Amino acid sequence: MIEIAGVSLALGGSRILDNVSLTVPKGGVTALVGPNGAGKSSLLSLIARLRPLQSGRITVDGLPVDTTPSRQLARIMAILRQDPGVASRLRVAELVGFGRFPHNRGRLTAKDREIVAASLEQFDLSDLALRFIDTLSGGQRQRALVAMTFCQGTDYILLDEPLNSLDMFHARNLMRTLRRIADEHGKTVLIVLHDINHAASYADRIVAMKDGAVIASGETGDIIRPDILESIFGFSMRVENIAGRLTVLHHA
Amino acid sequence: MAEVVMQRGLVRHEGRLAMMATVAVLVGVAFMTIGLRGNLDFVVELRAVRLAAMVLVGVAVAVSTVVFQTVCANRIITPSIMGLDALYVFCQTALVFALSGFGFAGIDPRLHFLGNFTAMTSLALALFLPMLRRRFDLTLMLLTGVVLGVLFRSLTTLLARLLDPNDFAVLQGTVFASFNAVEPDLLLLAGVITVACVAIAWRARHVLDVLALGTDTAIGLGLAWRGTAAGLLVVVAALVSASTALVGPMAFLGLLVVSLTERIVGTNRHAILLPAAALTAIIVLVGGQTVLQHALGGEGSLGIVVEFVGGIVFLAILFAGGRR
Repeated sequence: MIEIAGVSLALGGSRILDNVSLTVPKGGVTALVGPNGAGKSSLLSLIARLRPLQSGRITVDGLPVDTTPSRQLARIMAILRQDPGVASRLRVAELVGFGRFPHNRGRLTAKDREIVAASLEQFDLSDLALRFIDTLSGGQRQRALVAMTFCQGTDYILLDEPLNSLDMFHARNLMRTLRRIADEHGKTVLIVLHDINHAASYADRIVAMKDGAVIASGETGDIIRPDILESIFGFSMRVENIAGRLTVLHHA
Repeated sequence: MAEVVMQRGLVRHEGRLAMMATVAVLVGVAFMTIGLRGNLDFVVELRAVRLAAMVLVGVAVAVSTVVFQTVCANRIITPSIMGLDALYVFCQTALVFALSGFGFAGIDPRLHFLGNFTAMTSLALALFLPMLRRRFDLTLMLLTGVVLGVLFRSLTTLLARLLDPNDFAVLQGTVFASFNAVEPDLLLLAGVITVACVAIAWRARHVLDVLALGTDTAIGLGLAWRGTAAGLLVVVAALVSASTALVGPMAFLGLLVVSLTERIVGTNRHAILLPAAALTAIIVLVGGQTVLQHALGGEGSLGIVVEFVGGIVFLAILFAGGRR
């Protein structure tokens, strides 16, 4: 369970998060949605202790993120930020192997190698394993980073817009993989999504943010409703049930 | 399949390392034996001390530059940006100014070494330790170092203008790196500091690989970024201070050596990069000194030669950089 209580954040005088309190239960996929500048990425950074907490309290599995040793947290929680640059000249397999660092401190065991190979396979990277990261396309690089995050093998996975620059095939593959590890292995996935239909199709719960505050949160079916979507995004859109799936017609 | 090729890649890196080690040994042997004549005991001992000093300084400069570049996430930076060498030159100038050239030459070398070492490490600690308590920007701290460096250089220029020409000549002898007058006691002292720091850097080789992935990724993988970075920067400062206090400023050597090494070994893995950079530095220094002594016939300052040749090689590397 991720518990957020009374968290505020101000950067350079502007308020980014305003007294946010939220509980993300253990297990299942929770989608974080909202317009640009709502504070979604900032909230994710605070949960993943990439930024110091200014006020309030965040615990993951009961561990306060500001005082628990970073290494201990890295074994229960993995984060993939939006577009983290990879400065090092590395091969894909090496990068993915770094996901095992919290467990092996840099010395890959036979088991680690198996996990890396499985993760490469999972994200369709086996053929690219020996390519240098700086020779990949944006989408391929994103898949390598996702594979590294998975390799960490944590109970909690935080992903900030992981579908950026992925094609339809790989976006669907990633969402289905997330669904599967949540269902089969009881993992907790917290994911920032911009495509509301991905959230509608794959998430168990949706948390909507706007102007630094949580304005709606609940089961997917309770959030994917025209009135609530309009209050989040600021325009009206139709919601249809097509072949058993809630679909938001937001392009019209 | 991937496994096998990766393994082969590792073997290739290790092959390169072995090759570099062989070259380093050959250069060392050449330095010790070419043109050996006169009182053998005396000459061999003199050369052995110089060789040891060059190995020590080479390793210190190479390791400190690699670690510094990784922590700062910048491959064209050197630890001299912290202003340590400017502080060193300023201290020597101030001492010559206060004591005159004659008094300066009379300072106990051990005291002098420890004084310089303490001054430089104190500056570095003052720059980097605040990082542990507050959330301070690394860039801001480096900028502070640059500004302090400029301050020390201006003060140096001011004092140097006021110096007697004879004193100025004494000063010139100390502010360019030179291996011609190394005290054996100091070598031991600098050796202990360097070995301890290099051991720490080597133990941290996997941590350095993770740091190189970027701050956020490193924290996500469980590094306590601020503590780790501050600790490594202190190690860098100790290495730079020890080698500078021993022979004088050699900052540029680091940039040259690390750029060359990266092109030779073709990996950023620190388990390979650290020893390879150290070997390259030893080859450049010992080879350069051998050439200087026997081919150019001069007993001039290696520092000047390294900076001149290094500058040209570095420009060539930058211009050729596009083809990678």
